[in-house]
Amino acid sequence: MQACHECDALQRPVPLQSGGMARCWRCGAVLYRRRRHGLDATLALTLAAVVLFGLANAFPIVGLDMQGRTNATSLWGAVSTLWDQDVPLLAALVFATTLAMPAFDLAAMLWLLLPLALGRRPIAGALVLRGLLAIKPWGMVEVFMLGVLVALVKLSHLATVVPGVALWSFGGLILLMAAAAASFDADLAWPRLARPTP
Amino acid sequence: MNRSLLSVPTAAAAGLARCHACGLLSRLPAAAGDAQAACPRCGAVLHLRRPASVARTWAYLSAAAVLYVPANVLPVMRSGSLFGVQEDTILSGVVFLWQDGSWFLAALVFIASIVVPLAKLLVLFFLLLGVQWRSAWRPQWRTRLYRTIEYLGRWSMLDIYVVTLLAALVQVQSLAAIQAGPGAVAFGAVVVLTMLASQSFDPRLIWDAAAAAAAPATARPPAPTEAAR
Repeated sequence: MQACHECDALQRPVPLQSGGMARCWRCGAVLYRRRRHGLDATLALTLAAVVLFGLANAFPIVGLDMQGRTNATSLWGAVSTLWDQDVPLLAALVFATTLAMPAFDLAAMLWLLLPLALGRRPIAGALVLRGLLAIKPWGMVEVFMLGVLVALVKLSHLATVVPGVALWSFGGLILLMAAAAASFDADLAWPRLARPTP
Repeated sequence: MNRSLLSVPTAAAAGLARCHACGLLSRLPAAAGDAQAACPRCGAVLHLRRPASVARTWAYLSAAAVLYVPANVLPVMRSGSLFGVQEDTILSGVVFLWQDGSWFLAALVFIASIVVPLAKLLVLFFLLLGVQWRSAWRPQWRTRLYRTIEYLGRWSMLDIYVVTLLAALVQVQSLAAIQAGPGAVAFGAVVVLTMLASQSFDPRLIWDAAAAAAAPATARPPAPTEAAR
Protein backbone atom coordinates (compact mmCIF):
# COMPACT_ATOMS: atom_id res chain seq x y z
CA MET A 1 0.00 0.00 0.00
CA GLN A 2 0.92 3.61 -0.48
CA ALA A 3 -0.28 6.84 1.04
CA CYS A 4 -0.52 10.16 -0.77
CA HIS A 5 1.97 12.68 0.62
CA GLU A 6 -0.52 15.52 0.20
CA CYS A 7 -3.85 14.07 1.36
CA ASP A 8 -2.89 10.77 3.09
CA ALA A 9 -5.39 8.67 1.09
CA LEU A 10 -4.36 5.01 1.00
CA GLN A 11 -4.07 3.44 -2.41
CA ARG A 12 -2.68 0.39 -4.11
CA PRO A 13 0.33 1.03 -6.39
CA VAL A 14 -0.31 0.17 -10.02
CA PRO A 15 2.30 -0.92 -12.57
CA LEU A 16 3.21 1.91 -14.95
CA GLN A 17 4.37 2.08 -18.51
CA SER A 18 7.84 3.50 -19.10
CA GLY A 19 7.64 7.29 -18.78
CA GLY A 20 4.26 7.18 -17.08
CA MET A 21 3.20 8.68 -13.79
CA ALA A 22 0.61 7.88 -11.16
CA ARG A 23 -1.53 10.56 -9.55
CA CYS A 24 -3.48 10.39 -6.32
CA TRP A 25 -7.10 9.65 -7.17
CA ARG A 26 -8.33 11.96 -4.43
CA CYS A 27 -6.20 15.13 -4.66
CA GLY A 28 -4.28 14.70 -7.91
CA ALA A 29 -0.75 14.90 -6.45
CA VAL A 30 1.91 13.02 -8.44
CA LEU A 31 2.64 9.89 -6.40
CA TYR A 32 5.35 8.22 -8.42
CA ARG A 33 6.73 7.99 -11.96
CA ARG A 34 8.39 5.34 -13.97
CA ARG A 35 11.47 6.85 -15.61
CA ARG A 36 12.51 5.87 -19.10
CA HIS A 37 16.09 5.15 -18.10
CA GLY A 38 17.65 3.69 -15.02
CA LEU A 39 20.07 5.19 -12.52
CA ASP A 40 22.97 4.94 -15.00
CA ALA A 41 21.42 7.67 -17.16
CA THR A 42 21.20 9.90 -14.08
CA LEU A 43 24.87 9.21 -13.34
CA ALA A 44 25.89 10.20 -16.89
CA LEU A 45 23.93 13.44 -16.71
CA THR A 46 25.36 14.21 -13.27
CA LEU A 47 28.95 13.69 -14.45
CA ALA A 48 28.36 16.09 -17.34
CA ALA A 49 26.78 18.58 -14.94
CA VAL A 50 29.84 18.43 -12.67
CA VAL A 51 32.09 19.45 -15.58
CA LEU A 52 29.84 22.39 -16.45
CA PHE A 53 29.55 23.38 -12.78
CA GLY A 54 33.34 23.64 -12.66
CA LEU A 55 33.45 25.75 -15.82
CA ALA A 56 30.56 27.92 -14.65
CA ASN A 57 32.50 28.82 -11.52
CA ALA A 58 35.98 29.09 -13.01
CA PHE A 59 35.17 31.72 -15.61
CA PRO A 60 33.53 35.14 -15.57
CA ILE A 61 29.79 35.09 -16.24
CA VAL A 62 29.66 38.45 -17.89
CA GLY A 63 31.84 41.46 -18.48
CA LEU A 64 30.99 45.12 -18.78
CA ASP A 65 32.80 47.46 -21.13
CA MET A 66 32.29 50.96 -19.78
CA GLN A 67 34.16 53.89 -21.28
CA GLY A 68 37.25 51.87 -21.91
CA ARG A 69 37.27 50.06 -18.60
CA THR A 70 36.30 46.42 -18.47
CA ASN A 71 34.87 44.80 -15.41
CA ALA A 72 34.02 41.13 -15.44
CA THR A 73 32.69 39.04 -12.62
CA SER A 74 32.43 35.38 -11.79
CA LEU A 75 29.84 34.03 -9.41
CA TRP A 76 32.38 33.97 -6.58
CA GLY A 77 33.39 37.54 -7.45
CA ALA A 78 29.78 38.65 -7.18
CA VAL A 79 29.39 37.00 -3.79
CA SER A 80 32.55 38.59 -2.43
CA THR A 81 31.48 42.01 -3.72
CA LEU A 82 28.31 41.70 -1.65
CA TRP A 83 30.41 40.68 1.33
CA ASP A 84 32.63 43.75 0.90
CA GLN A 85 29.57 45.99 0.59
CA ASP A 86 28.58 45.07 4.15
CA VAL A 87 25.58 42.95 3.23
CA PRO A 88 26.97 39.64 4.55
CA LEU A 89 23.48 38.12 4.92
CA LEU A 90 22.79 38.64 1.25
CA ALA A 91 26.23 37.30 0.32
CA ALA A 92 25.56 34.19 2.41
CA LEU A 93 22.15 33.70 0.81
CA VAL A 94 23.50 33.96 -2.72
CA PHE A 95 26.47 31.74 -1.86
CA ALA A 96 24.23 29.08 -0.34
CA THR A 97 21.63 28.97 -3.10
CA THR A 98 23.90 29.19 -6.14
CA LEU A 99 27.15 27.57 -4.99
CA ALA A 100 26.93 25.51 -1.82
CA MET A 101 23.59 23.78 -2.37
CA PRO A 102 24.13 22.88 -6.05
CA ALA A 103 27.65 21.64 -5.18
CA PHE A 104 26.22 19.48 -2.41
CA ASP A 105 23.48 18.28 -4.75
CA LEU A 106 26.00 17.11 -7.37
CA ALA A 107 28.39 15.64 -4.80
CA ALA A 108 25.57 13.70 -3.12
CA MET A 109 24.36 12.33 -6.46
CA LEU A 110 27.86 11.09 -7.29
CA TRP A 111 28.28 9.68 -3.79
CA LEU A 112 25.14 7.61 -4.29
CA LEU A 113 25.25 6.74 -7.98
CA LEU A 114 28.92 5.83 -8.48
CA PRO A 115 28.92 2.94 -5.98
CA LEU A 116 25.48 1.83 -7.20
CA ALA A 117 26.76 1.71 -10.78
CA LEU A 118 29.64 -0.47 -9.56
CA GLY A 119 27.24 -2.77 -7.74
CA ARG A 120 28.14 -1.63 -4.24
CA ARG A 121 26.13 -0.08 -1.45
CA PRO A 122 27.07 3.59 -0.82
CA ILE A 123 28.30 4.44 2.67
CA ALA A 124 25.56 6.19 4.67
CA GLY A 125 23.46 6.12 1.51
CA ALA A 126 20.07 6.65 3.17
CA LEU A 127 21.40 9.60 5.15
CA VAL A 128 22.92 11.21 2.05
CA LEU A 129 19.75 10.78 -0.01
CA ARG A 130 17.67 12.24 2.81
CA GLY A 131 19.99 15.23 2.93
CA LEU A 132 19.85 15.56 -0.85
CA LEU A 133 16.04 15.63 -0.89
CA ALA A 134 16.01 18.15 1.96
CA ILE A 135 18.34 20.67 0.31
CA LYS A 136 16.95 20.26 -3.20
CA PRO A 137 14.51 23.22 -3.01
CA TRP A 138 17.37 25.52 -1.91
CA GLY A 139 19.53 25.06 -4.99
CA MET A 140 18.40 27.80 -7.35
CA VAL A 141 20.75 27.76 -10.32
CA GLU A 142 17.88 28.18 -12.79
CA VAL A 143 16.50 31.20 -10.94
CA PHE A 144 20.02 32.67 -10.88
CA MET A 145 20.28 32.18 -14.64
CA LEU A 146 17.06 34.13 -15.17
CA GLY A 147 18.47 36.83 -12.88
CA VAL A 148 21.59 37.01 -15.06
CA LEU A 149 19.45 37.56 -18.15
CA VAL A 150 17.42 40.32 -16.50
CA ALA A 151 20.62 42.00 -15.31
CA LEU A 152 22.06 41.81 -18.84
CA VAL A 153 19.04 43.59 -20.31
CA LYS A 154 19.24 46.29 -17.63
CA LEU A 155 22.95 46.80 -18.29
CA SER A 156 22.82 46.74 -22.06
CA HIS A 157 21.73 50.39 -22.04
CA LEU A 158 24.55 51.44 -19.77
CA ALA A 159 27.48 49.77 -21.45
CA THR A 160 28.59 47.03 -23.79
CA VAL A 161 27.92 43.65 -22.30
CA VAL A 162 30.39 40.85 -22.98
CA PRO A 163 28.98 37.38 -22.24
CA GLY A 164 31.56 35.14 -20.59
CA VAL A 165 32.28 31.42 -20.78
CA ALA A 166 30.40 30.83 -17.54
CA LEU A 167 27.19 32.25 -19.00
CA TRP A 168 26.97 29.42 -21.52
CA SER A 169 28.15 26.93 -18.92
CA PHE A 170 25.33 27.99 -16.61
CA GLY A 171 22.86 27.59 -19.44
CA GLY A 172 24.03 24.03 -20.04
CA LEU A 173 24.25 23.34 -16.31
CA ILE A 174 20.59 24.11 -15.63
CA LEU A 175 19.52 21.85 -18.50
CA LEU A 176 21.71 18.99 -17.27
CA MET A 177 20.72 19.39 -13.63
CA ALA A 178 17.05 19.45 -14.58
CA ALA A 179 17.49 16.37 -16.76
CA ALA A 180 19.40 14.56 -14.00
CA ALA A 181 16.72 15.41 -11.45
CA ALA A 182 13.96 14.32 -13.84
CA SER A 183 15.67 11.03 -14.63
CA PHE A 184 16.47 10.22 -11.00
CA ASP A 185 14.13 7.60 -9.63
CA ALA A 186 14.41 7.72 -5.84
CA ASP A 187 12.09 4.72 -5.58
CA LEU A 188 14.69 2.66 -7.46
CA ALA A 189 17.46 3.90 -5.21
CA TRP A 190 15.86 3.56 -1.75
CA PRO A 191 15.70 -0.25 -1.60
CA ARG A 192 19.31 -0.45 -2.73
CA LEU A 193 20.56 2.00 -0.11
CA ALA A 194 18.94 0.56 2.98
CA ARG A 195 20.47 -2.12 5.09
CA PRO A 196 18.91 -5.48 4.31
CA THR A 197 16.09 -5.87 6.79
CA PRO A 198 16.24 -8.99 8.91
CA MET B 1 -18.14 18.89 -1.81
CA ASN B 2 -18.43 15.26 -2.72
CA ARG B 3 -18.73 13.44 0.61
CA SER B 4 -17.26 10.23 -0.78
CA LEU B 5 -13.91 12.00 -1.21
CA LEU B 6 -13.80 12.80 2.49
CA SER B 7 -14.62 9.42 3.99
CA VAL B 8 -11.83 7.38 2.41
CA PRO B 9 -9.33 5.20 4.27
CA THR B 10 -6.27 7.25 5.14
CA ALA B 11 -2.91 6.08 6.35
CA ALA B 12 -3.29 7.94 9.64
CA ALA B 13 -6.68 6.35 10.33
CA ALA B 14 -5.08 2.94 9.75
CA GLY B 15 -2.26 3.75 12.17
CA LEU B 16 0.27 3.94 9.35
CA ALA B 17 2.81 6.70 8.92
CA ARG B 18 4.26 7.64 5.56
CA CYS B 19 7.98 8.40 5.83
CA HIS B 20 8.50 12.02 4.77
CA ALA B 21 11.84 11.18 3.21
CA CYS B 22 11.48 7.86 1.40
CA GLY B 23 7.71 7.42 1.28
CA LEU B 24 7.62 4.00 2.89
CA LEU B 25 4.46 3.23 4.86
CA SER B 26 5.07 1.71 8.24
CA ARG B 27 3.00 0.97 11.30
CA LEU B 28 3.54 3.34 14.20
CA PRO B 29 4.08 1.50 17.50
CA ALA B 30 0.76 1.52 19.35
CA ALA B 31 2.13 2.84 22.64
CA ALA B 32 4.34 5.41 21.01
CA GLY B 33 4.43 7.83 23.91
CA ASP B 34 7.40 10.14 23.63
CA ALA B 35 9.64 7.58 22.00
CA GLN B 36 10.20 8.52 18.38
CA ALA B 37 9.84 5.78 15.82
CA ALA B 38 12.25 5.73 12.90
CA CYS B 39 11.55 4.64 9.33
CA PRO B 40 12.83 1.05 8.95
CA ARG B 41 14.12 1.80 5.44
CA CYS B 42 15.86 5.17 5.66
CA GLY B 43 16.02 5.96 9.36
CA ALA B 44 14.12 9.27 9.25
CA VAL B 45 11.91 10.05 12.24
CA LEU B 46 8.32 9.03 11.56
CA HIS B 47 5.36 11.33 12.10
CA LEU B 48 1.72 10.98 11.16
CA ARG B 49 1.74 14.70 10.27
CA ARG B 50 4.54 17.24 10.12
CA PRO B 51 5.21 18.16 13.76
CA ALA B 52 3.64 21.40 15.02
CA SER B 53 2.77 22.20 11.44
CA VAL B 54 0.20 24.92 12.10
CA ALA B 55 2.22 26.70 14.79
CA ARG B 56 5.44 26.65 12.77
CA THR B 57 3.74 27.86 9.62
CA TRP B 58 2.12 30.72 11.53
CA ALA B 59 5.50 31.67 13.00
CA TYR B 60 7.32 31.75 9.66
CA LEU B 61 4.38 33.42 7.96
CA SER B 62 4.09 36.26 10.49
CA ALA B 63 7.83 36.88 10.36
CA ALA B 64 7.62 37.01 6.56
CA ALA B 65 4.61 39.35 6.65
CA VAL B 66 6.45 41.77 8.96
CA LEU B 67 9.56 41.81 6.75
CA TYR B 68 7.42 42.20 3.64
CA VAL B 69 7.02 45.91 4.49
CA PRO B 70 10.74 46.90 4.60
CA ALA B 71 11.35 44.60 1.64
CA ASN B 72 9.10 46.78 -0.49
CA VAL B 73 9.67 50.18 1.07
CA LEU B 74 13.45 50.23 1.54
CA PRO B 75 15.75 50.51 -1.47
CA VAL B 76 17.11 47.23 -2.77
CA MET B 77 19.72 49.03 -4.83
CA ARG B 78 21.62 52.31 -4.61
CA SER B 79 23.22 53.58 -7.81
CA GLY B 80 25.70 56.39 -7.53
CA SER B 81 26.98 58.23 -10.59
CA LEU B 82 28.26 61.67 -11.59
CA PHE B 83 24.66 62.84 -11.62
CA GLY B 84 23.88 61.92 -8.06
CA VAL B 85 22.55 58.95 -6.14
CA GLN B 86 19.48 57.03 -7.21
CA GLU B 87 17.67 54.59 -4.99
CA ASP B 88 15.54 51.78 -6.37
CA THR B 89 12.91 49.75 -4.62
CA ILE B 90 11.55 46.48 -6.01
CA LEU B 91 8.61 48.30 -7.57
CA SER B 92 10.63 51.17 -9.06
CA GLY B 93 12.87 48.58 -10.70
CA VAL B 94 9.82 47.13 -12.43
CA VAL B 95 8.64 50.60 -13.47
CA PHE B 96 12.08 51.31 -14.91
CA LEU B 97 11.94 48.17 -17.05
CA TRP B 98 8.41 49.02 -18.19
CA GLN B 99 9.25 52.59 -19.21
CA ASP B 100 12.31 51.26 -20.91
CA GLY B 101 10.13 49.23 -23.25
CA SER B 102 11.14 45.82 -21.89
CA TRP B 103 7.54 44.86 -21.20
CA PHE B 104 8.16 41.16 -21.11
CA LEU B 105 10.94 41.47 -18.54
CA ALA B 106 8.94 44.02 -16.56
CA ALA B 107 6.04 41.57 -16.37
CA LEU B 108 8.40 38.73 -15.43
CA VAL B 109 10.04 40.67 -12.60
CA PHE B 110 6.65 42.00 -11.47
CA ILE B 111 5.27 38.47 -11.19
CA ALA B 112 8.37 36.96 -9.57
CA SER B 113 9.05 39.78 -7.09
CA ILE B 114 5.65 41.23 -6.28
CA VAL B 115 2.83 38.86 -7.24
CA VAL B 116 4.42 35.58 -6.08
CA PRO B 117 5.55 36.67 -2.58
CA LEU B 118 2.23 38.39 -1.91
CA ALA B 119 0.27 35.41 -3.25
CA LYS B 120 2.31 33.09 -1.06
CA LEU B 121 1.57 35.12 2.06
CA LEU B 122 -2.15 35.32 1.29
CA VAL B 123 -2.53 31.69 0.23
CA LEU B 124 -0.76 30.32 3.31
CA PHE B 125 -2.84 32.63 5.51
CA PHE B 126 -5.99 31.33 3.80
CA LEU B 127 -4.90 27.68 4.08
CA LEU B 128 -4.06 28.05 7.78
CA LEU B 129 -7.44 29.63 8.52
CA GLY B 130 -9.16 26.85 6.58
CA VAL B 131 -7.41 24.21 8.69
CA GLN B 132 -8.08 25.99 11.98
CA TRP B 133 -11.75 26.66 11.18
CA ARG B 134 -12.17 23.01 10.07
CA SER B 135 -13.38 24.02 6.66
CA ALA B 136 -14.76 21.34 4.32
CA TRP B 137 -14.77 23.73 1.38
CA ARG B 138 -13.08 22.31 -1.75
CA PRO B 139 -10.11 20.49 -0.19
CA GLN B 140 -9.00 19.33 -3.62
CA TRP B 141 -8.76 22.88 -4.90
CA ARG B 142 -6.95 24.05 -1.76
CA THR B 143 -4.41 21.24 -2.10
CA ARG B 144 -3.76 22.33 -5.67
CA LEU B 145 -3.30 25.92 -4.50
CA TYR B 146 -0.71 24.73 -1.97
CA ARG B 147 1.12 22.73 -4.63
CA THR B 148 1.29 25.78 -6.89
CA ILE B 149 2.78 28.18 -4.34
CA GLU B 150 5.18 25.49 -3.15
CA TYR B 151 6.47 25.26 -6.71
CA LEU B 152 6.55 28.99 -7.49
CA GLY B 153 8.14 30.25 -4.27
CA ARG B 154 11.78 29.85 -5.28
CA TRP B 155 11.41 32.09 -8.35
CA SER B 156 11.04 35.13 -6.12
CA MET B 157 14.80 35.05 -5.57
CA LEU B 158 15.13 36.56 -9.05
CA ASP B 159 15.56 40.15 -7.89
CA ILE B 160 18.22 39.18 -5.34
CA TYR B 161 20.36 37.76 -8.14
CA VAL B 162 19.77 40.76 -10.38
CA VAL B 163 20.96 43.10 -7.63
CA THR B 164 23.95 40.84 -6.90
CA LEU B 165 25.14 40.95 -10.49
CA LEU B 166 24.54 44.66 -10.97
CA ALA B 167 26.45 45.41 -7.76
CA ALA B 168 29.35 43.21 -8.87
CA LEU B 169 29.56 44.59 -12.40
CA VAL B 170 28.90 48.29 -12.10
CA GLN B 171 31.94 49.26 -10.09
CA VAL B 172 33.68 51.97 -12.07
CA GLN B 173 35.06 54.25 -9.42
CA SER B 174 33.85 57.86 -9.58
CA LEU B 175 31.78 57.15 -12.67
CA ALA B 176 29.13 54.77 -11.48
CA ALA B 177 28.75 52.31 -8.68
CA ILE B 178 25.85 50.15 -7.60
CA GLN B 179 25.36 48.90 -4.07
CA ALA B 180 22.90 46.45 -2.62
CA GLY B 181 20.50 48.20 -0.26
CA PRO B 182 18.85 47.15 3.01
CA GLY B 183 15.62 46.30 1.18
CA ALA B 184 17.39 43.43 -0.56
CA VAL B 185 18.25 41.80 2.78
CA ALA B 186 14.63 42.07 3.91
CA PHE B 187 13.40 40.78 0.57
CA GLY B 188 15.74 37.78 0.69
CA ALA B 189 14.50 37.05 4.21
CA VAL B 190 10.88 37.17 2.99
CA VAL B 191 11.63 34.62 0.26
CA VAL B 192 13.44 32.28 2.68
CA LEU B 193 10.75 32.63 5.37
CA THR B 194 7.85 31.99 2.98
CA MET B 195 9.68 28.92 1.65
CA LEU B 196 10.14 27.66 5.22
CA ALA B 197 6.47 28.43 5.92
CA SER B 198 5.21 26.42 2.95
CA GLN B 199 7.60 23.57 3.80
CA SER B 200 6.28 23.36 7.35
CA PHE B 201 2.64 23.44 6.29
CA ASP B 202 1.18 19.95 5.95
CA PRO B 203 -1.48 19.77 3.19
CA ARG B 204 -2.87 16.59 4.75
CA LEU B 205 -4.28 18.81 7.50
CA ILE B 206 -6.64 20.31 4.91
CA TRP B 207 -8.13 16.85 4.40
CA ASP B 208 -8.13 15.98 8.10
CA ALA B 209 -10.07 19.16 8.84
CA ALA B 210 -12.47 18.62 5.95
CA ALA B 211 -13.16 15.03 6.97
CA ALA B 212 -13.72 16.08 10.58
CA ALA B 213 -16.16 18.77 9.44
CA ALA B 214 -18.04 16.38 7.16
CA ALA B 215 -18.23 13.44 9.57
CA PRO B 216 -21.05 14.67 11.85
CA ALA B 217 -23.05 15.80 8.81
CA THR B 218 -23.21 12.29 7.35
CA ALA B 219 -24.73 11.04 10.60
CA ARG B 220 -27.56 13.57 10.38
CA PRO B 221 -30.82 12.66 8.58
CA PRO B 222 -31.19 14.03 5.04
CA ALA B 223 -31.99 17.70 4.86
CA PRO B 224 -35.62 18.68 4.00
CA THR B 225 -34.64 20.14 0.65
CA GLU B 226 -33.23 16.80 -0.39
CA ALA B 227 -36.34 14.93 0.79
CA ALA B 228 -38.66 17.24 -1.16
CA ARG B 229 -36.82 16.71 -4.41
